[in-house]
Amino acid sequence: MFNTINYECHEGISWIKLNRPDKLNAFIAEMNREITQAVKQAAKDEKVRCIVITGEGRAFCSGQDLAEVNDDTNHGDLLRNHYTPMVKAIMACEKPIIAAVNGVAAGAGFSLALACDFRLASEKASFINAFVNIGLIPDSGNLHFLSHVVGRAKAIEISVLGEKIPAQKALELGVINRVIPQDTWQKEVEEFAIKLAKMPTKAIGLIKRYLTLAENLPLDAYLEKEAEGQRVAGLTKDAKEGVQAFIEKRQPEYIGQ
Amino acid sequence: MSEYVFIETKVEGYIGIIELNRPKQLNALNRQMIKEIVQVMESYDQDDTVRVILLKGKGRAFSAGADIDEMSNDDPIHLELLNQFQDWDRLSVIKKPIIGAVQGFVFGGGFELALSCDVLIAAEGTEFSFPEVNLGVMPGAGGTQRLTKLVGRTLALEWIWSAKRIQVEEAQSHGFVNRIVSGELLEEETLKFAKMIAEKPPLAIRLIKDSVNKAVDYSLYEGMQYERKNFYLLFSSEDQKEGMNAFIEKRKPKFHGK
Repeated sequence: MFNTINYECHEGISWIKLNRPDKLNAFIAEMNREITQAVKQAAKDEKVRCIVITGEGRAFCSGQDLAEVNDDTNHGDLLRNHYTPMVKAIMACEKPIIAAVNGVAAGAGFSLALACDFRLASEKASFINAFVNIGLIPDSGNLHFLSHVVGRAKAIEISVLGEKIPAQKALELGVINRVIPQDTWQKEVEEFAIKLAKMPTKAIGLIKRYLTLAENLPLDAYLEKEAEGQRVAGLTKDAKEGVQAFIEKRQPEYIGQ
Repeated sequence: MSEYVFIETKVEGYIGIIELNRPKQLNALNRQMIKEIVQVMESYDQDDTVRVILLKGKGRAFSAGADIDEMSNDDPIHLELLNQFQDWDRLSVIKKPIIGAVQGFVFGGGFELALSCDVLIAAEGTEFSFPEVNLGVMPGAGGTQRLTKLVGRTLALEWIWSAKRIQVEEAQSHGFVNRIVSGELLEEETLKFAKMIAEKPPLAIRLIKDSVNKAVDYSLYEGMQYERKNFYLLFSSEDQKEGMNAFIEKRKPKFHGK
Protein backbone atom coordinates (compact mmCIF):
# COMPACT_ATOMS: atom_id res chain seq x y z
CA MET A 1 0.00 0.00 0.00
CA PHE A 2 2.57 2.58 1.14
CA ASN A 3 6.32 2.37 0.54
CA THR A 4 7.77 5.19 2.58
CA ILE A 5 5.39 5.18 5.55
CA ASN A 6 3.65 2.63 7.73
CA TYR A 7 -0.04 3.22 8.17
CA GLU A 8 -2.07 1.45 10.86
CA CYS A 9 -5.45 2.05 12.46
CA HIS A 10 -6.60 0.68 15.77
CA GLU A 11 -8.80 1.85 18.64
CA GLY A 12 -9.88 4.92 16.73
CA ILE A 13 -6.28 6.05 16.20
CA SER A 14 -4.51 6.20 12.89
CA TRP A 15 -0.72 5.92 13.09
CA ILE A 16 1.33 7.40 10.29
CA LYS A 17 4.94 6.29 10.76
CA LEU A 18 7.56 7.78 8.48
CA ASN A 19 9.55 4.76 7.39
CA ARG A 20 12.90 5.59 5.87
CA PRO A 21 14.89 5.04 9.07
CA ASP A 22 18.25 4.62 7.31
CA LYS A 23 17.77 8.12 5.83
CA LEU A 24 16.51 9.57 9.14
CA ASN A 25 13.06 9.62 7.50
CA ALA A 26 14.09 12.32 5.03
CA PHE A 27 11.38 13.46 2.61
CA ILE A 28 11.35 12.24 -0.94
CA ALA A 29 8.47 13.15 -3.27
CA GLU A 30 6.88 9.76 -2.70
CA MET A 31 6.85 10.27 1.05
CA ASN A 32 5.17 13.69 0.67
CA ARG A 33 2.54 12.04 -1.49
CA GLU A 34 2.01 9.12 0.85
CA ILE A 35 1.66 11.30 3.95
CA THR A 36 -0.85 13.48 2.08
CA GLN A 37 -2.80 10.42 1.02
CA ALA A 38 -2.67 8.85 4.49
CA VAL A 39 -3.92 12.02 6.17
CA LYS A 40 -6.78 12.33 3.67
CA GLN A 41 -7.64 8.68 4.20
CA ALA A 42 -7.67 9.07 7.98
CA ALA A 43 -9.74 12.26 7.67
CA LYS A 44 -12.40 10.36 5.69
CA ASP A 45 -12.39 7.18 7.79
CA GLU A 46 -15.26 7.49 10.27
CA LYS A 47 -13.59 5.10 12.69
CA VAL A 48 -10.55 7.36 13.05
CA ARG A 49 -10.80 9.99 15.78
CA CYS A 50 -7.14 10.86 16.26
CA ILE A 51 -4.06 10.80 14.05
CA VAL A 52 -0.47 10.35 15.21
CA ILE A 53 2.48 11.16 12.97
CA THR A 54 5.80 9.76 14.15
CA GLY A 55 9.09 8.38 12.83
CA GLU A 56 10.48 4.85 12.68
CA GLY A 57 14.01 4.51 14.01
CA ARG A 58 15.92 7.21 15.82
CA ALA A 59 14.74 10.32 13.92
CA PHE A 60 11.35 11.96 13.54
CA CYS A 61 12.17 13.46 10.15
CA SER A 62 15.34 15.09 8.90
CA GLY A 63 13.65 17.23 6.22
CA GLN A 64 14.11 17.12 2.45
CA ASP A 65 16.40 14.34 1.19
CA LEU A 66 19.16 16.44 -0.38
CA ALA A 67 20.11 13.54 -2.63
CA GLU A 68 16.94 14.41 -4.58
CA VAL A 69 17.93 18.05 -5.04
CA ASN A 70 20.36 19.21 -7.73
CA ASP A 71 21.25 22.30 -9.78
CA ASP A 72 18.17 21.83 -11.95
CA THR A 73 15.79 21.75 -9.01
CA ASN A 74 13.16 24.48 -9.00
CA HIS A 75 12.70 24.88 -5.28
CA GLY A 76 9.41 26.75 -5.70
CA ASP A 77 7.88 23.97 -7.75
CA LEU A 78 9.21 21.34 -5.35
CA LEU A 79 7.14 23.03 -2.63
CA ARG A 80 4.08 23.63 -4.80
CA ASN A 81 3.96 20.07 -6.07
CA HIS A 82 4.92 18.09 -2.98
CA TYR A 83 4.96 20.00 0.31
CA THR A 84 2.05 22.41 -0.14
CA PRO A 85 -0.50 19.63 -0.79
CA MET A 86 0.78 17.80 2.31
CA VAL A 87 0.51 20.88 4.55
CA LYS A 88 -2.94 21.66 3.13
CA ALA A 89 -4.15 18.12 3.76
CA ILE A 90 -3.01 18.35 7.38
CA MET A 91 -4.65 21.74 7.84
CA ALA A 92 -7.88 20.60 6.17
CA CYS A 93 -8.18 17.56 8.45
CA GLU A 94 -10.76 18.17 11.15
CA LYS A 95 -9.45 15.48 13.49
CA PRO A 96 -6.79 16.02 16.13
CA ILE A 97 -3.28 15.35 14.79
CA ILE A 98 -0.38 14.64 17.12
CA ALA A 99 3.24 14.88 16.08
CA ALA A 100 5.01 12.33 18.27
CA VAL A 101 8.52 13.63 17.82
CA ASN A 102 10.69 10.64 18.69
CA GLY A 103 14.01 12.12 17.57
CA VAL A 104 15.42 14.91 15.45
CA ALA A 105 12.93 17.09 13.57
CA ALA A 106 14.98 19.13 11.12
CA GLY A 107 14.02 21.45 8.27
CA ALA A 108 10.75 20.37 6.70
CA GLY A 109 10.58 17.72 9.43
CA PHE A 110 10.28 20.58 11.93
CA SER A 111 7.63 22.15 9.67
CA LEU A 112 5.68 18.88 9.60
CA ALA A 113 5.63 18.81 13.40
CA LEU A 114 4.55 22.47 13.50
CA ALA A 115 1.64 21.81 11.14
CA CYS A 116 0.20 19.29 13.62
CA ASP A 117 -2.13 20.24 16.49
CA PHE A 118 -0.07 18.75 19.30
CA ARG A 119 3.63 18.11 19.63
CA LEU A 120 4.79 15.50 22.08
CA ALA A 121 8.56 15.11 22.22
CA SER A 122 10.75 12.37 23.52
CA GLU A 123 13.55 13.61 25.77
CA LYS A 124 15.86 12.56 22.94
CA ALA A 125 14.07 14.77 20.43
CA SER A 126 15.47 18.00 19.05
CA PHE A 127 14.32 20.65 16.61
CA ILE A 128 16.35 22.56 14.11
CA ASN A 129 15.27 25.08 11.49
CA ALA A 130 18.21 23.96 9.37
CA PHE A 131 17.16 25.72 6.16
CA VAL A 132 19.39 28.75 6.64
CA ASN A 133 22.40 26.48 7.09
CA ILE A 134 22.17 25.61 3.38
CA GLY A 135 21.16 29.14 2.33
CA LEU A 136 17.41 28.55 2.17
CA ILE A 137 14.39 29.83 4.07
CA PRO A 138 12.08 27.80 6.32
CA ASP A 139 9.32 26.30 4.15
CA SER A 140 6.23 24.10 4.23
CA GLY A 141 4.39 26.72 6.25
CA ASN A 142 7.18 26.79 8.86
CA LEU A 143 7.39 30.56 9.39
CA HIS A 144 3.62 30.87 9.41
CA PHE A 145 3.21 28.25 12.11
CA LEU A 146 6.34 29.12 14.06
CA SER A 147 5.55 32.82 14.37
CA HIS A 148 2.10 31.94 15.71
CA VAL A 149 3.63 29.56 18.22
CA VAL A 150 6.60 31.57 19.55
CA GLY A 151 6.10 35.12 18.23
CA ARG A 152 8.20 37.00 15.72
CA ALA A 153 11.30 37.61 17.84
CA LYS A 154 11.87 33.98 18.72
CA ALA A 155 10.86 32.86 15.22
CA ILE A 156 13.64 35.01 13.78
CA GLU A 157 16.15 33.72 16.29
CA ILE A 158 15.27 30.09 15.60
CA SER A 159 15.19 30.56 11.83
CA VAL A 160 18.22 32.79 11.34
CA LEU A 161 20.60 31.13 13.77
CA GLY A 162 19.52 27.64 12.69
CA GLU A 163 20.66 26.14 15.97
CA LYS A 164 19.61 22.87 17.45
CA ILE A 165 16.86 23.20 20.10
CA PRO A 166 16.78 20.32 22.59
CA ALA A 167 13.37 19.03 23.72
CA GLN A 168 13.48 20.74 27.12
CA LYS A 169 14.31 24.10 25.54
CA ALA A 170 11.53 23.58 22.97
CA LEU A 171 9.11 23.05 25.85
CA GLU A 172 10.20 26.32 27.48
CA LEU A 173 9.68 28.13 24.16
CA GLY A 174 6.18 26.72 23.85
CA VAL A 175 7.05 24.89 20.63
CA ILE A 176 5.95 21.59 22.11
CA ASN A 177 3.27 20.51 24.58
CA ARG A 178 5.14 17.92 26.58
CA VAL A 179 8.53 16.20 27.01
CA ILE A 180 8.27 12.49 27.72
CA PRO A 181 11.04 10.31 29.18
CA GLN A 182 12.34 7.64 26.84
CA ASP A 183 11.23 4.66 28.93
CA THR A 184 7.57 5.73 29.04
CA TRP A 185 7.55 7.29 25.56
CA GLN A 186 5.42 4.76 23.70
CA LYS A 187 2.98 4.37 26.59
CA GLU A 188 2.43 8.08 27.15
CA VAL A 189 1.98 8.86 23.46
CA GLU A 190 -0.61 6.10 23.24
CA GLU A 191 -2.43 7.30 26.33
CA PHE A 192 -2.57 10.84 25.01
CA ALA A 193 -3.85 9.62 21.63
CA ILE A 194 -6.50 7.42 23.26
CA LYS A 195 -7.61 10.32 25.42
CA LEU A 196 -8.09 12.53 22.34
CA ALA A 197 -9.80 9.71 20.44
CA LYS A 198 -12.45 9.48 23.15
CA MET A 199 -13.26 13.17 23.08
CA PRO A 200 -16.07 14.82 21.09
CA THR A 201 -14.25 14.67 17.77
CA LYS A 202 -16.62 16.94 15.87
CA ALA A 203 -16.17 19.67 18.49
CA ILE A 204 -12.38 19.33 18.19
CA GLY A 205 -12.68 19.73 14.43
CA LEU A 206 -14.81 22.82 14.90
CA ILE A 207 -12.33 24.28 17.39
CA LYS A 208 -9.60 23.86 14.77
CA ARG A 209 -11.77 25.43 12.06
CA TYR A 210 -12.84 28.39 14.17
CA LEU A 211 -9.35 29.00 15.52
CA THR A 212 -8.25 29.55 11.93
CA LEU A 213 -11.18 31.90 11.37
CA ALA A 214 -10.41 33.69 14.63
CA GLU A 215 -6.89 34.34 13.37
CA ASN A 216 -8.14 35.76 10.10
CA LEU A 217 -11.33 37.70 10.81
CA PRO A 218 -12.09 40.97 12.59
CA LEU A 219 -13.97 40.41 15.85
CA ASP A 220 -17.45 41.36 14.59
CA ALA A 221 -17.24 39.01 11.64
CA TYR A 222 -15.74 36.33 13.84
CA LEU A 223 -18.55 36.57 16.40
CA GLU A 224 -21.09 35.81 13.66
CA LYS A 225 -18.98 32.87 12.50
CA GLU A 226 -18.68 31.66 16.08
CA ALA A 227 -22.47 31.62 16.41
CA GLU A 228 -22.62 29.43 13.31
CA GLY A 229 -19.97 27.14 14.74
CA GLN A 230 -21.74 26.76 18.04
CA ARG A 231 -24.98 26.00 16.19
CA VAL A 232 -23.17 23.17 14.37
CA ALA A 233 -21.67 21.89 17.63
CA GLY A 234 -25.01 22.14 19.39
CA LEU A 235 -26.55 19.84 16.79
CA THR A 236 -24.05 17.02 17.42
CA LYS A 237 -24.93 13.84 19.28
CA ASP A 238 -21.88 14.40 21.48
CA ALA A 239 -23.19 17.79 22.67
CA LYS A 240 -26.44 16.13 23.69
CA GLU A 241 -24.52 13.34 25.40
CA GLY A 242 -22.29 15.85 27.17
CA VAL A 243 -25.23 17.74 28.66
CA GLN A 244 -27.10 14.54 29.49
CA ALA A 245 -24.07 13.07 31.27
CA PHE A 246 -23.63 16.31 33.21
CA ILE A 247 -27.26 16.20 34.38
CA GLU A 248 -26.99 12.52 35.28
CA LYS A 249 -23.66 13.12 37.00
CA ARG A 250 -21.83 10.45 35.01
CA GLN A 251 -18.89 10.32 32.60
CA PRO A 252 -19.97 11.15 29.03
CA GLU A 253 -19.41 8.59 26.29
CA TYR A 254 -18.69 10.40 23.08
CA ILE A 255 -19.02 8.83 19.66
CA GLY A 256 -17.34 11.60 17.69
CA GLN A 257 -20.50 12.77 15.92
CA MET B 1 -43.74 13.03 -4.75
CA SER B 2 -41.47 14.19 -7.53
CA GLU B 3 -42.16 12.99 -11.09
CA TYR B 4 -38.72 14.05 -12.28
CA VAL B 5 -35.77 11.79 -12.99
CA PHE B 6 -32.78 13.99 -12.22
CA ILE B 7 -34.13 16.47 -9.69
CA GLU B 8 -36.25 16.47 -6.56
CA THR B 9 -38.78 19.19 -5.86
CA LYS B 10 -40.94 20.30 -3.00
CA VAL B 11 -42.70 23.44 -1.81
CA GLU B 12 -42.28 24.41 1.82
CA GLY B 13 -43.87 27.56 3.21
CA TYR B 14 -43.66 29.82 0.12
CA ILE B 15 -40.30 28.34 -0.89
CA GLY B 16 -40.11 26.22 -4.00
CA ILE B 17 -37.13 23.91 -3.69
CA ILE B 18 -35.27 22.23 -6.55
CA GLU B 19 -32.54 19.78 -5.68
CA LEU B 20 -30.18 18.37 -8.31
CA ASN B 21 -30.27 14.65 -7.72
CA ARG B 22 -27.39 12.84 -9.40
CA PRO B 23 -25.05 12.83 -6.43
CA LYS B 24 -23.03 9.84 -7.70
CA GLN B 25 -22.19 11.81 -10.85
CA LEU B 26 -21.57 14.93 -8.74
CA ASN B 27 -24.79 16.30 -10.23
CA ALA B 28 -23.36 16.46 -13.75
CA LEU B 29 -25.94 18.30 -15.84
CA ASN B 30 -27.47 16.49 -18.78
CA ARG B 31 -29.98 18.01 -21.16
CA GLN B 32 -32.95 16.30 -19.57
CA MET B 33 -31.91 17.62 -16.16
CA ILE B 34 -31.76 21.20 -17.43
CA LYS B 35 -35.19 20.75 -19.02
CA GLU B 36 -36.54 19.52 -15.71
CA ILE B 37 -35.04 22.45 -13.81
CA VAL B 38 -36.49 24.95 -16.28
CA GLN B 39 -39.92 23.30 -16.26
CA VAL B 40 -40.12 23.40 -12.48
CA MET B 41 -38.84 26.98 -12.30
CA GLU B 42 -41.51 28.06 -14.79
CA SER B 43 -44.21 26.26 -12.86
CA TYR B 44 -43.00 27.82 -9.59
CA ASP B 45 -43.03 31.20 -11.34
CA GLN B 46 -46.78 30.75 -11.96
CA ASP B 47 -47.55 29.17 -8.59
CA ASP B 48 -49.07 31.50 -5.99
CA THR B 49 -47.86 29.30 -3.14
CA VAL B 50 -44.23 29.96 -4.18
CA ARG B 51 -42.55 33.29 -3.53
CA VAL B 52 -38.89 32.27 -3.62
CA ILE B 53 -37.12 29.54 -5.58
CA LEU B 54 -34.26 27.68 -3.93
CA LEU B 55 -31.82 25.70 -6.06
CA LYS B 56 -29.38 23.26 -4.48
CA GLY B 57 -27.44 20.09 -5.22
CA LYS B 58 -27.56 16.80 -3.36
CA GLY B 59 -24.31 15.31 -2.10
CA ARG B 60 -20.83 16.72 -1.81
CA ALA B 61 -20.88 18.86 -4.97
CA PHE B 62 -23.39 21.37 -6.29
CA SER B 63 -22.52 20.33 -9.83
CA ALA B 64 -19.25 19.27 -11.42
CA GLY B 65 -20.39 20.44 -14.86
CA ALA B 66 -22.05 19.12 -17.99
CA ASP B 67 -22.39 15.46 -18.81
CA ILE B 68 -19.46 15.06 -21.23
CA ASP B 69 -20.52 11.61 -22.46
CA GLU B 70 -23.68 13.16 -23.82
CA MET B 71 -21.91 15.65 -26.05
CA SER B 72 -18.56 14.09 -26.95
CA ASN B 73 -19.82 13.02 -30.41
CA ASP B 74 -21.96 16.06 -31.19
CA ASP B 75 -21.63 17.95 -34.46
CA PRO B 76 -22.47 21.63 -35.05
CA ILE B 77 -25.60 21.02 -37.12
CA HIS B 78 -26.99 18.69 -34.50
CA LEU B 79 -26.27 21.28 -31.81
CA GLU B 80 -27.87 24.07 -33.87
CA LEU B 81 -31.02 22.04 -34.44
CA LEU B 82 -31.12 20.82 -30.86
CA ASN B 83 -30.88 24.43 -29.65
CA GLN B 84 -30.27 23.19 -26.12
CA PHE B 85 -29.19 26.55 -24.73
CA GLN B 86 -32.67 27.94 -25.32
CA ASP B 87 -33.59 26.27 -22.02
CA TRP B 88 -30.99 28.48 -20.35
CA ASP B 89 -32.58 31.57 -21.92
CA ARG B 90 -35.83 30.59 -20.22
CA LEU B 91 -34.02 30.46 -16.89
CA SER B 92 -32.99 34.07 -17.23
CA VAL B 93 -36.58 35.31 -17.57
CA ILE B 94 -37.84 33.73 -14.37
CA LYS B 95 -39.41 36.57 -12.40
CA LYS B 96 -39.24 35.26 -8.86
CA PRO B 97 -36.02 35.39 -6.86
CA ILE B 98 -33.75 32.37 -7.27
CA ILE B 99 -31.51 31.57 -4.31
CA GLY B 100 -28.66 29.16 -4.99
CA ALA B 101 -27.05 27.03 -2.29
CA VAL B 102 -23.71 25.67 -3.48
CA GLN B 103 -21.04 23.42 -2.03
CA GLY B 104 -17.99 21.48 -3.20
CA PHE B 105 -17.41 21.67 -6.94
CA VAL B 106 -19.27 24.30 -8.95
CA PHE B 107 -17.74 23.64 -12.35
CA GLY B 108 -18.57 24.36 -15.98
CA GLY B 109 -22.31 24.12 -16.57
CA GLY B 110 -22.72 23.93 -12.79
CA PHE B 111 -20.94 27.29 -12.49
CA GLU B 112 -23.21 28.69 -15.22
CA LEU B 113 -26.26 27.40 -13.38
CA ALA B 114 -24.99 29.04 -10.17
CA LEU B 115 -24.45 32.31 -12.06
CA SER B 116 -28.07 32.08 -13.23
CA CYS B 117 -29.18 32.40 -9.60
CA ASP B 118 -29.91 35.83 -8.14
CA VAL B 119 -28.25 35.22 -4.81
CA LEU B 120 -25.59 32.62 -3.97
CA ILE B 121 -24.92 31.20 -0.56
CA ALA B 122 -21.87 28.95 -0.49
CA ALA B 123 -20.41 26.46 1.94
CA GLU B 124 -16.86 26.91 3.17
CA GLY B 125 -14.49 25.13 0.80
CA THR B 126 -16.63 25.61 -2.31
CA GLU B 127 -14.61 25.86 -5.54
CA PHE B 128 -15.70 27.45 -8.83
CA SER B 129 -14.12 26.77 -12.19
CA PHE B 130 -14.66 26.79 -15.93
CA PRO B 131 -12.67 23.73 -17.04
CA GLU B 132 -14.10 23.67 -20.59
CA VAL B 133 -10.86 24.96 -22.13
CA ASN B 134 -9.09 21.77 -21.08
CA LEU B 135 -11.53 19.79 -23.24
CA GLY B 136 -10.89 21.97 -26.26
CA VAL B 137 -14.10 23.97 -25.93
CA MET B 138 -15.47 26.88 -23.89
CA PRO B 139 -18.48 27.77 -21.76
CA GLY B 140 -21.66 27.80 -23.85
CA ALA B 141 -24.48 28.52 -21.45
CA GLY B 142 -23.62 32.08 -20.55
CA GLY B 143 -20.32 31.61 -18.73
CA THR B 144 -18.27 34.08 -20.76
CA GLN B 145 -21.07 36.65 -20.57
CA ARG B 146 -22.35 36.37 -17.01
CA LEU B 147 -18.95 36.03 -15.37
CA THR B 148 -17.57 38.98 -17.34
CA LYS B 149 -20.47 41.20 -16.29
CA LEU B 150 -19.85 40.21 -12.69
CA VAL B 151 -16.06 40.38 -12.36
CA GLY B 152 -14.92 42.31 -15.42
CA ARG B 153 -13.12 41.32 -18.59
CA THR B 154 -9.60 40.95 -17.22
CA LEU B 155 -10.35 38.40 -14.53
CA ALA B 156 -12.95 36.58 -16.61
CA LEU B 157 -10.38 36.01 -19.35
CA GLU B 158 -7.78 34.75 -16.90
CA TRP B 159 -10.15 32.41 -15.15
CA ILE B 160 -11.81 30.98 -18.27
CA TRP B 161 -8.49 30.63 -20.14
CA SER B 162 -6.71 28.98 -17.27
CA ALA B 163 -9.55 26.84 -15.85
CA LYS B 164 -8.31 28.03 -12.48
CA ARG B 165 -10.17 26.85 -9.41
CA ILE B 166 -11.56 29.90 -7.66
CA GLN B 167 -11.87 29.50 -3.90
CA VAL B 168 -15.09 30.64 -2.31
CA GLU B 169 -13.42 33.51 -0.43
CA GLU B 170 -12.13 34.91 -3.72
CA ALA B 171 -15.58 34.43 -5.24
CA GLN B 172 -17.08 36.43 -2.42
CA SER B 173 -14.51 39.17 -2.67
CA HIS B 174 -15.39 39.54 -6.38
CA GLY B 175 -19.05 39.78 -5.57
CA PHE B 176 -20.64 36.67 -7.01
CA VAL B 177 -21.10 34.90 -3.69
CA ASN B 178 -23.27 36.67 -1.12
CA ARG B 179 -22.40 34.66 1.95
CA ILE B 180 -20.08 31.90 3.05
CA VAL B 181 -21.42 29.57 5.73
CA SER B 182 -20.09 26.36 7.27
CA GLY B 183 -21.11 23.33 5.21
CA GLU B 184 -23.19 21.86 8.00
CA LEU B 185 -25.41 24.93 8.02
CA LEU B 186 -25.74 25.53 4.28
CA GLU B 187 -29.30 24.27 4.13
CA GLU B 188 -30.44 25.96 7.34
CA GLU B 189 -28.91 29.34 6.49
CA THR B 190 -30.15 29.26 2.90
CA LEU B 191 -33.68 28.49 4.05
CA LYS B 192 -33.43 31.28 6.59
CA PHE B 193 -32.43 33.71 3.85
CA ALA B 194 -35.16 32.43 1.51
CA LYS B 195 -37.78 32.82 4.26
CA MET B 196 -36.62 36.36 4.94
CA ILE B 197 -37.18 37.23 1.24
CA ALA B 198 -40.48 35.29 1.18
CA GLU B 199 -41.83 37.53 3.95
CA LYS B 200 -41.23 40.68 1.95
CA PRO B 201 -43.93 42.04 -0.41
CA PRO B 202 -43.65 39.74 -3.46
CA LEU B 203 -44.48 42.39 -6.05
CA ALA B 204 -41.77 44.70 -4.78
CA ILE B 205 -39.30 41.79 -4.72
CA ARG B 206 -40.29 40.95 -8.28
CA LEU B 207 -39.92 44.45 -9.67
CA ILE B 208 -36.66 44.99 -7.81
CA LYS B 209 -35.24 41.92 -9.58
CA ASP B 210 -36.64 43.17 -12.87
CA SER B 211 -35.07 46.62 -12.42
CA VAL B 212 -31.70 45.44 -11.11
CA ASN B 213 -31.40 43.06 -14.06
CA LYS B 214 -31.93 46.01 -16.39
CA ALA B 215 -28.94 47.74 -14.82
CA VAL B 216 -26.77 44.98 -16.26
CA ASP B 217 -27.85 45.55 -19.87
CA TYR B 218 -29.26 49.06 -20.13
CA SER B 219 -27.47 52.37 -20.14
CA LEU B 220 -27.81 54.28 -16.86
CA TYR B 221 -30.34 56.69 -18.36
CA GLU B 222 -32.53 53.93 -19.83
CA GLY B 223 -32.24 51.95 -16.61
CA MET B 224 -33.38 54.89 -14.49
CA GLN B 225 -36.38 55.48 -16.75
CA TYR B 226 -37.23 51.79 -16.44
CA GLU B 227 -36.78 51.82 -12.68
CA ARG B 228 -39.20 54.71 -12.12
CA LYS B 229 -41.96 53.01 -14.15
CA ASN B 230 -41.63 50.00 -11.85
CA PHE B 231 -41.64 52.31 -8.84
CA TYR B 232 -44.88 53.93 -10.04
CA LEU B 233 -46.36 50.52 -10.81
CA LEU B 234 -45.98 49.40 -7.20
CA PHE B 235 -48.28 52.21 -6.10
CA SER B 236 -51.12 50.29 -7.70
CA SER B 237 -50.50 47.35 -5.36
CA GLU B 238 -52.38 46.55 -2.15
CA ASP B 239 -49.06 45.76 -0.52
CA GLN B 240 -47.88 49.36 -1.02
CA LYS B 241 -50.94 50.64 0.79
CA GLU B 242 -50.59 48.04 3.52
CA GLY B 243 -46.87 48.72 3.89
CA MET B 244 -47.23 52.47 4.20
CA ASN B 245 -50.30 52.28 6.46
CA ALA B 246 -48.55 49.84 8.76
CA PHE B 247 -45.56 52.18 8.89
CA ILE B 248 -47.77 55.14 9.84
CA GLU B 249 -49.75 53.05 12.34
CA LYS B 250 -46.53 51.61 13.78
CA ARG B 251 -47.51 47.98 13.29
CA LYS B 252 -46.12 45.05 11.33
CA PRO B 253 -47.37 44.93 7.73
CA LYS B 254 -49.11 41.87 6.28
CA PHE B 255 -48.25 41.42 2.61
CA HIS B 256 -50.35 39.37 0.21
CA GLY B 257 -48.58 39.79 -3.08
CA LYS B 258 -51.39 41.83 -4.58
